[in-house]
Amino acid sequence: MIQDTPLDRFLIRSAGTLLGLLWVVPLGYAVWAAIHPPAFEARFDLTAPLTLANFISAWDQAPFARYFLNTILLVGVILSAQLILCTLAAFAFARLEFPGKSILFTLILMQLLVMPDILLIENYRTMRNLGLVDTILAIGLPYFASGFAIFLLRQTFMTIPKELDEAALIEGCSLLGLLWRVYVPLGKPAMLAFGLVSVSHHWNNFLWPLIITNSVETRPLTVGLSIFATTDSGTSWAVINAATLMTSAPLLLGFFLFQRQFVQSFMRAGIK
Amino acid sequence: MIKRDWIYAWALLLPAFVFLITFTHLPAIQTLLNSFWTTPKGRRASVFTGLGNYEQMLSDPVFIKAMVNSAIYAAITIPASIALALIMALLVHRSFRGVGLLRMSFFTPTVLPLIAVANIWLFFYAPGFGLIDQIRLFFGLPSANYAGQPDTALYSVAIVTIWKEAGFFMIFFLAALQTVPETLREAAAIEGCSRWTFFRRVTLPLIMPTTLFVSVNAVINAFRLVDHVFVMTKGGPDNASMLLLYYIYETGFRFWDTAYAAALTVVLIAILGVVGIGQFFLADKRVHYK
Repeated sequence: MIQDTPLDRFLIRSAGTLLGLLWVVPLGYAVWAAIHPPAFEARFDLTAPLTLANFISAWDQAPFARYFLNTILLVGVILSAQLILCTLAAFAFARLEFPGKSILFTLILMQLLVMPDILLIENYRTMRNLGLVDTILAIGLPYFASGFAIFLLRQTFMTIPKELDEAALIEGCSLLGLLWRVYVPLGKPAMLAFGLVSVSHHWNNFLWPLIITNSVETRPLTVGLSIFATTDSGTSWAVINAATLMTSAPLLLGFFLFQRQFVQSFMRAGIK
Repeated sequence: MIKRDWIYAWALLLPAFVFLITFTHLPAIQTLLNSFWTTPKGRRASVFTGLGNYEQMLSDPVFIKAMVNSAIYAAITIPASIALALIMALLVHRSFRGVGLLRMSFFTPTVLPLIAVANIWLFFYAPGFGLIDQIRLFFGLPSANYAGQPDTALYSVAIVTIWKEAGFFMIFFLAALQTVPETLREAAAIEGCSRWTFFRRVTLPLIMPTTLFVSVNAVINAFRLVDHVFVMTKGGPDNASMLLLYYIYETGFRFWDTAYAAALTVVLIAILGVVGIGQFFLADKRVHYK
């Protein structure tokens, strides 16, 4: 039973290939439609001419350039804020003793279940009171303090040997200096892992941005795409598919180039 | 006496907690409070109604439909995506030529935005154009509109979820399978134990913590992610694919009945809370991950 017989290997590979094919078919079908003229969107002809016209026409029909800019700004702002706020908080939880520590940590963990994604109505009210409705900042604010990031970084910081603290403090390093010179460099792999997860999460996020934005200047790609795909203007499937692939392209490209890092980051982020 | 460390700690935590309290804890509490009041309409101010909103739910056919749908949706997507994820992991955890490509094809849907995934599948399902309908026509079957028919809409949405999530859960099972010691495999071989027995008696118990972890994630996602409903069905036709969070959105932002939406949100939070508590107790007993 340890050694697979040739038959075992054959069965495993066939089953794998079959399931794999089944898994790529929907995406493959969309790609097919996107790179061929609309006349071929439901006709399989290997000699069909390839074209980029669908991408160009999608790009011209909706302000995708602006949507891209909005999304890039959005994920950039969120990730920077998360890294700063959560590193500070995680450091306190990992290294300092203070009253209220366990209660505060429980409050952090509660966010893993009750995330801002479902508190739509109250968060909308808050943004209206702050006068921030329809701003990119408003899309990001609820996610700045990520309970998940604090938890992940705390776990990482706790594995750093305490001797390093003592050495640094004896050398006259301040607490913030210690954080900056020792903990941040050693925590970089965890931050990178969190960064990948955070960027792909917020690149893909939809419901909250849909609610809080209502103009081209603030809409991220996901919301822009959904509006583009549901307008009843008779846009052809080929063009909609081109737009769909276009908006996912940066993440897909990143994934194909840094496959290992992506998978490891997602895993690391999940298990800890 | 207040120590210096305390001040440092509180100062380090303050910025994160300002955001955490403002956008998670306070809104959660406010939602609970609002659920006991009515929605102010025009000049009529909000009045205290106690459990009125909750009583309204019991006689609200759309709410009941949404709850039933959410239950069916969870009952399909959770076991199916976990089972498929495990099968995928078992298929690709040893190395052979092309295994990298296979892993990639399973994992790719995870990277795509759910909105994009929904578009891709809507095209796949589209009557006349979609691949499924083409196959039907090829076999002489009548055209079918899977996402647009009341009896299939919910299942079409569920299949999309499974497609998107299975590859994500696969990577956790892959990691878990790596930890099954080779010596156990050898011992089992000497004992002449069959492949299936080994899987059931050794592998499955060893990857139990992963299964629990993945299950909790699957449950949370089943209630938290409704992006594809917006694109594919909008909860219809005739509420056939209405899910709880989508109903909260409709109530709150299309009908502006914020008090009733608050009560619905409380129900959602309660469901997630039960999941969290369940995980806590299960994790204590059977499972070690931290």
